[in-house]
Amino acid sequence: MGALGFILNAAEGERSWRLAEYVRRGGYSALKKIINEKIPADQIVGELKKSSLRGRGGAGFPTGLKWSFMPRQFPGAKYVVCNSDEGEPGTFKDRDILRWNPHMVIEGMIIAGYAMGCQRGYNYIHGEIWDIYKRFEEALEEARAAKLLGNNILGADFSFELQAHHGYGAYICGEETALLESIEGKKGQPRFKPPFPASFGLYGKPTTINNTETFASVPYIINEGGDKFLELGKPNNGGTKLFSVSGHVNRPGNFEVPMGTPFKDLLEMAGGMRGGRKLKAVIPGGSSAPVLPVDVIMECTLDYDSIAKAGSMLGSGAVIVMDETTCMVKALERLSYFYFEESCGQCTPCREGTGWLYRVVHRIEHGEGRPEDLDLLNSVTDNIMGRTICALGDAASMPVKSFIKHFGTEFEYHIQNKKCLVPEDVQRAGSGFFKAA
Amino acid sequence: MLSQESLKQIDREVAKYPAEQKQSAVMAALAIAQTEKGWLSTETIDDVAAYLGMPPVAVYEVASFYNMYDLAPVGKYKITVCTNLPCALSGGVHAADYLKQKLGVGFNETTADGKFTLKEGECMGACGDAPVMLVNNVRMCSFMQPEQIDRLLGECK
Repeated sequence: MGALGFILNAAEGERSWRLAEYVRRGGYSALKKIINEKIPADQIVGELKKSSLRGRGGAGFPTGLKWSFMPRQFPGAKYVVCNSDEGEPGTFKDRDILRWNPHMVIEGMIIAGYAMGCQRGYNYIHGEIWDIYKRFEEALEEARAAKLLGNNILGADFSFELQAHHGYGAYICGEETALLESIEGKKGQPRFKPPFPASFGLYGKPTTINNTETFASVPYIINEGGDKFLELGKPNNGGTKLFSVSGHVNRPGNFEVPMGTPFKDLLEMAGGMRGGRKLKAVIPGGSSAPVLPVDVIMECTLDYDSIAKAGSMLGSGAVIVMDETTCMVKALERLSYFYFEESCGQCTPCREGTGWLYRVVHRIEHGEGRPEDLDLLNSVTDNIMGRTICALGDAASMPVKSFIKHFGTEFEYHIQNKKCLVPEDVQRAGSGFFKAA
Repeated sequence: MLSQESLKQIDREVAKYPAEQKQSAVMAALAIAQTEKGWLSTETIDDVAAYLGMPPVAVYEVASFYNMYDLAPVGKYKITVCTNLPCALSGGVHAADYLKQKLGVGFNETTADGKFTLKEGECMGACGDAPVMLVNNVRMCSFMQPEQIDRLLGECK
C-alpha cells in the first residue's frame, strides 16, 4: 500500500472493513450530521458543487451537477447505483476501496439516496472479485443490523435499501447504461442517449450512477465541507485521488495523493522503474487513454486539466508504466485484442472496426505488415470515432491513434524489417517473471 | 433440476429486486446453477428460465454474453490467466506460457484427466498484483511467479 489519504488510510487498521472499525474512524458521522441537523438536500448538492468533486470512474463529470439533474418531485421509485465494475485495464482502485473501506461507500450511497430522494440503491461489483463482493454483502448486513439501512434510518423519516449485484465478466458493463441493462437481467448493451439515466434509468426510473471512489468521497465533503475538499487538490480538480500504478515499476499499487501531484512524485512512490531501466511511455488514465511518451508525461501533474492539455485523459487514474523493454506494437496489439473481444457488437463501426484494428496491428506485429497499414489504421479509427452509441469505439481508437502518433517509427520498423526494434530477449527480461530461472 | 439449496440461494437473489423485476436475478441464478452443475447446459439454462419465468432465449442470451459462464464442460479447476497489457508488463503472458507447458494444454483446453481447464482472461481489476489468475471464478491468486504457480497446482487435488 502506498500513499494514504482519507479513503485508503483504513488499509492500515486491523479488520478495517468492519462497521465498528469504520465508526471508530469517525464513520457514519456525515450521515448522522445530515439527519440530526436536518440538512436540506440542496445544501448537500451545494457542498458537492463547491468541492469540485468530479466523477472518479473516468469521465470526470462534476458530481454535484449530476446529482442536481435528478427530478425532485418525481412520484415513485428513483435509484442510486454505484459502478464498481472495474475492468478498464490498469484500474484496480475500487477493489481496494471496497476491500478496506466498504462502509465509506455505503455511507456515500445513503447520503446520495437522501439528497436525491431515492429509496433503493445497487452496487454493481466486478465479476472477478468474488471475495470483495462477499465482503460488501457482509458490510450491508452490518449496516442493516445497525439501522443505517432500511426503514426510518436513524429514526428519521427517510428509508433506503441497498443491495450488491455481482457482474460476471463483461467490460462493457462499466458503461453506465449497459450496467443498468445488466442489472435488469439482460445482456449489457449500452442504451442510446438521450434520454439520460437521470430521467430514464434503472427500470425506466430516474437513476444516478457514480463510481465507487466518487461515493467514498462524499462523507468527507459533508464532514469537512466542500471548500476543504477542494483545497486538498487544485482549482477545478478537487480532492485527493487514487492512482493505480501498474507495469514496469518496483512497487505497483494504489496511491491516494492530492490532485495536481507531479507524475514524477507518483513514480517515486511506486518505487521507481523496475531494475532501474529507462521509462519509455505511460498510459495515464486506463487503457483507453492516449499514451504519452516519457518527455511529455514527466512534465505533467496528475489532474484532469494537466493531462488533458498534454493530449491524454486522467480517466480512472490508472497509470500504466512501460519501460524501454516494451515493444509498442505488441503492447498495442494486446490492447486492440481487448477491445475487439469486449465490443458488445451492437454498433457496426465498433463491432467490425475493432476487428480490423486488431487484425492489422496483429499482422504488423507478426511481420506481415504492409506499407499502407498505418494509414489504414488511422482511417479505420476515423470511421469508428463518434459513430457509436457508447464510448467503447473511441476507447478502442485512441490507443491506436496515439501509439502511431508517438511511436510511428517503431511501427514502420516492424513493417520494413518484419521484426521488432526491441530484441526478443530484452522484451522477455522486462516482465520480471523469469528472474528465478 | 437444480438442488433445493441452489433454489434457496436464487430466492435470496430474487429478493434483492422489486417484486416485478425477477429477471434481475438471472445473472446470479446462472452463476449459482453453474457452481452446482460445473457448467451451463441447455437443460440447466432452461431450468433457470422456468424458475424465473423468463423465455429460455432471454436466459441463453445472458449466459452467452458474459465471459465467466461456461457453456461447455470445463475441468475440475478452471484457471483463468489475465494476459492484458498491464499484467503482461509484469509477466501475465509468461505465466500463461508457464501454465501451458506445465499442464500440456493451450487456452480453452482441458487436461486429459479432466482436472484443469486453462482460459485467457481479460482485465480482472487487479493489475497491481500481476501475474493474476482466477480459479473457478471465485479464488483470485496474486503475484503468481513460477514458485507460486507450482504451489497452486499442487493444492488442486
